[in-house]
Amino acid sequence: MSASTLRIALVGNPNCGKTALFNQLTGGRQKVANYAGVTIERKEGRFMAPSGRLLQILDLPGTYSFDANSPDEQITRDVLEGNYPGEAAPDLIVCVADATNLRLHLRFVLEVKRLGRPVVLALNMMDAAQRRGIEIDVPELQRRLGLPVVETVAVKRGGALALIERVDGEVPVTAPAMADDPASRADLHAQVREILSATVTMPRQTAVMDDALDRWALHPVFGLAILAVVMFLVFQAVYAAGKPMSDLIGTGFGWLGGHVATLLPAGPLQSLVVNGLFGGLGTVLGFLPVILVLFFFILVLEESGYLPRAAFLLDRLMMSVGLTGRSFIPLLSSFACAIPGIMGTRSIQDPRDRLATILVAPLMTCSARLPVYALLIGAFIPTHRVLGMFNLQGLVLFALYVAGILGAMAVGWVIKHIRRDKSEHALLMELPSYRMPKPRDVAIGLYERGGIFLKRLTGVILALTVLMWFISTFPSPPAGATGPAINYSFAGYIGRGLQYIFAPIGFNWQISLALIPAFAARETAVAALATVYLVGGEASGGLSHALTGQISLASALSLLVWFAYAPQCMSTLAIIRRETNSWRNVAISFGYMFGMAYAASFLVYQLASWLA
Amino acid sequence: MRLSDLPKGAPAVVDRVHDAHAADPIAQRLRDLGFVDGEPVRVVAIGPLGADPLLIQIGSTRFALRRSEAHRVTVRQEAA
Repeated sequence: MSASTLRIALVGNPNCGKTALFNQLTGGRQKVANYAGVTIERKEGRFMAPSGRLLQILDLPGTYSFDANSPDEQITRDVLEGNYPGEAAPDLIVCVADATNLRLHLRFVLEVKRLGRPVVLALNMMDAAQRRGIEIDVPELQRRLGLPVVETVAVKRGGALALIERVDGEVPVTAPAMADDPASRADLHAQVREILSATVTMPRQTAVMDDALDRWALHPVFGLAILAVVMFLVFQAVYAAGKPMSDLIGTGFGWLGGHVATLLPAGPLQSLVVNGLFGGLGTVLGFLPVILVLFFFILVLEESGYLPRAAFLLDRLMMSVGLTGRSFIPLLSSFACAIPGIMGTRSIQDPRDRLATILVAPLMTCSARLPVYALLIGAFIPTHRVLGMFNLQGLVLFALYVAGILGAMAVGWVIKHIRRDKSEHALLMELPSYRMPKPRDVAIGLYERGGIFLKRLTGVILALTVLMWFISTFPSPPAGATGPAINYSFAGYIGRGLQYIFAPIGFNWQISLALIPAFAARETAVAALATVYLVGGEASGGLSHALTGQISLASALSLLVWFAYAPQCMSTLAIIRRETNSWRNVAISFGYMFGMAYAASFLVYQLASWLA
Repeated sequence: MRLSDLPKGAPAVVDRVHDAHAADPIAQRLRDLGFVDGEPVRVVAIGPLGADPLLIQIGSTRFALRRSEAHRVTVRQEAA
């Protein structure tokens, strides 16, 4: 059997470290974090064992049991038994269990064993178990379970060597399959208790550190205060740390563009390179540091185990607006991007809660909106200090995030009240141990996100920017034309057409035009505005200079609010279609967001114009 | 006594989980998560708004349960 491929499936309770182990085995870079339900799709990887045999590893979403009531758990069970269409049964099941929490995790191990397939048990997080003085008699555990048991530390280099050695050896003999009925399920707990009392000694049930931290983090008053301070500091830091780096990149590109311009002959090519590429793309690229700073904080929070605490604190509030504490993590990831956020709603079991979360997730301010916000705030909002410590620009940015959240609450409330099915929604959420974020995991996360941003920049944003340049430049004005050349281009005509719709909310034709590419990728609005104004010859002093000269403060505020609520981007709508399998939900999302954005911008524009 | 009425920090053990209605999936899930006769259980923290949800320690695991979920579990307080 040495030449054949061995198919191995990783299963276990949520947050026991399956994906960390998967990455360790396959050299993969799948996302890991410290909460239940990070892995929402099956992932596959392969590696060569020391014996030269190819091992194919399947990473499955975590599950507490094989209760047929839950569709996800039924799928995991079907995969393991080879009943899932298009998926051959694995040759070996590696059941991963958290060594610090065997009382919960062993029950699932016994359930897996009853499938009657070859199983190896990986006792993961052995380092944490040792730190807490938990002693496990592994040979006795192995004897009582009737399964091979290996110790692993998935987050440490070389922490999976024992597992590799074991799976590379003989496939263990299989225990006979057993029926799954309620009586024998209840019996599993009795077995777990018996095994634990014979094999495990724990000095105390919980980690001292967790108790101490939770006393503050979950305190009814301090807990909420800490949460508010954490969130506020993150957004201040995004501005304080990210913005100077962004400005540096922007200045660098302007300088580079100027030098390249002297090398090229004047004409369409020079205009494309200077206005389209350096002006448009350079402006967007400048926002990479801002986005990375935001991701840094989200990754650190995810790894630390704090996020489920925040979900605990906010559950009641979220319930009152038709959501659930479980919505908190998908909604927080939506601050990075709504797409992983919407995919992450799969960890919400209740279909009604899940749909409500999907519908409001795009209202969370995603990182693609940051370039637009940063550009407009930088151009229109003065850098006052408020109360001696807060930057007014940072406060406006914070207010925009809050506007998104309040909008989401309002929409959730409406959904709750028009929903017909009022039966009970469950929370039932596990709170993990706190963990020090690993610099390596954070670095990998930042690298991946930076890569995705650059790929978008050189793909869809580049293509749209060139297209914007093209329609702004051609056709050339007819002989004897008097106005600026751009007025005679395609862009001029399209923009002025759109202006009929957007004039009441204060958008000029350039902004109206920029909304089209923004629908494909929001950041493109910045590149598109830069291109249109540069081609129009109105942006000699930089884009923000051109903006302050061309549009009023009322229009700028209206545009900010528009970006907070508007239905964007195409990919988000596509993922809503995929995750809910319904065009109706796509239409609802698009319709309500368009209406909400238009109404809010209209109010802001009229009010600001009147005040001015 | 119901788990939802247990004072914070008081040690108790689970008696059983009651179905709120026929084939109650929430009750079944609670049993799967280890809310079975004889398990030691404790209320660790109480949510800040409306004293909901509750953070329940069972074994080494902490679960956030809403009051309506905790109401399904009966517990015995023992001098431990």
